[in-house]
Amino acid sequence: MITRRRLLEGAGAGAAIVGYGLTPQTSTAAGFFLPPALPEGTRNTATLDVLAGKKPLIKLSYRPPNYETPIEYFRTAITPNDAFFVRYHLSDIPEVDATSWKVAIGGEGANGQAELTLDDLKAMPAFEVVAVNQCSGNRRGLFQPHVPGVEWGYGAMGCARWKGARLKDVLDKVGLKKEAIEIVFDGADKGVVDKTPDFIKSVPVWKAVEETTLIAYEMNGQPLPHFNGFPARIVIPGWTGTYWMKHVMSIKAVTKPESGFWMNPAYRIPLGKFPLVARFISQETAANTPITEMVVNSLITSHADGANVKAGVPVSVGGIAWDGGYGIRTVEVSTDGKTWSQAALGIDLGRFAFRTFSFNFVPKAKGKQTVMARATNAIGQSQTAELIQNPAGYHHNVMHRVTLNAA
Amino acid sequence: MRVVIIALAAAALALPAAAEEKPVDLKRAPGLDKVEANCGACHSLDYIMMNSPFPGAALWDAEVTKMIKAFGAPISEADAKTIADYLKQNYGS
Repeated sequence: MITRRRLLEGAGAGAAIVGYGLTPQTSTAAGFFLPPALPEGTRNTATLDVLAGKKPLIKLSYRPPNYETPIEYFRTAITPNDAFFVRYHLSDIPEVDATSWKVAIGGEGANGQAELTLDDLKAMPAFEVVAVNQCSGNRRGLFQPHVPGVEWGYGAMGCARWKGARLKDVLDKVGLKKEAIEIVFDGADKGVVDKTPDFIKSVPVWKAVEETTLIAYEMNGQPLPHFNGFPARIVIPGWTGTYWMKHVMSIKAVTKPESGFWMNPAYRIPLGKFPLVARFISQETAANTPITEMVVNSLITSHADGANVKAGVPVSVGGIAWDGGYGIRTVEVSTDGKTWSQAALGIDLGRFAFRTFSFNFVPKAKGKQTVMARATNAIGQSQTAELIQNPAGYHHNVMHRVTLNAA
Repeated sequence: MRVVIIALAAAALALPAAAEEKPVDLKRAPGLDKVEANCGACHSLDYIMMNSPFPGAALWDAEVTKMIKAFGAPISEADAKTIADYLKQNYGS
């Protein structure tokens, strides 16, 4: 299952980055954007770095690899595979051999068992969905006060066209007992020491059998990159990335709630703090609930914070908006912090996708010009002006603002 | 070109499992050896820099405890104290 290919590619990629003149300690000067609100230590250690098969991404940690996508890749609704962010919890990440890979289907909540090879999976009816994969902790580094964890800026997310078999069709091969309440996923990655809890996640059966929930083997028309879950990963459109199990090896139906570390206490949000619809009732406690669907959000990507523009000359600002799968209804832009105007929305790739927006205006005076964006989804949810505090630093959807320098 | 290829191949063979990882230089201070030997066994040390300097003493204690209790890190009580002291001293608020 484990080959040395990654090793060799890694060495080659290291050579390539030198060729582009990017060295770890000078990359801040070389032009990638780190929000000033990040912890000072994050700003000192984050660097542009290349993983095998990837363009230079913003490295937050080498091992396990946590690399975010630079903001300029979010000017389009689809994020390229080689710029797609990388997030792992555990450091032992085997390179999975597609020819010997199998996913085991079963569990005590299923009527039977099955094993599927990649060919088996590809022989099943194929479906596609364009969907945002966003880390629950995206923008954690912007929390004030700071909370510990991977101190992400804006780029722990991406949107791709995922192709695969429906998870429902896969589960139909074994059949679910009527008592089944959750579907549990395990991937090939694991911890360095045996006692480290394996990264295992579950979703409620209702979410697992939705028509858009896939076990995907293609991303933007290509096989999944190794660092995004090759050869197959779970795709749970609308829900945060924690459930999108990479290198999936087993899928089990269970009649009792999955009780591992990564379901509880990890990935929990306080009850009642966020305006969410999707519930995960079998996992709820009196105090908290697993994170579920993404909150509505948007990001200005046309201009970096501090970019120069000309007073009196029209400027087009734009970016992307997304939510937990209800679809973006409007994006509004404010250039004075008080009044809001509707932005034009770009191509609609479906309710789970990034939706681009753009807005033209003329900076009238010289000096600093702050631009804000606010997205609202089809069920009327909008972004927050004040950060919603929570212990693990999830669901940051404070309206994004960019300050332009008009000269 | 041939020299470069040979050099790269030799480097690749000599590298440990995480070939992409570059050294992370933490502050040289008492306890660094325990940090490198224990913390560095499971994760790169940029995790420490990244999560600094905002943690107070209680948060660094809690993080070390979490690594042992929740993640099963086999760290002795004495080393755990040395590590926590190093973190508070060098990467705390």
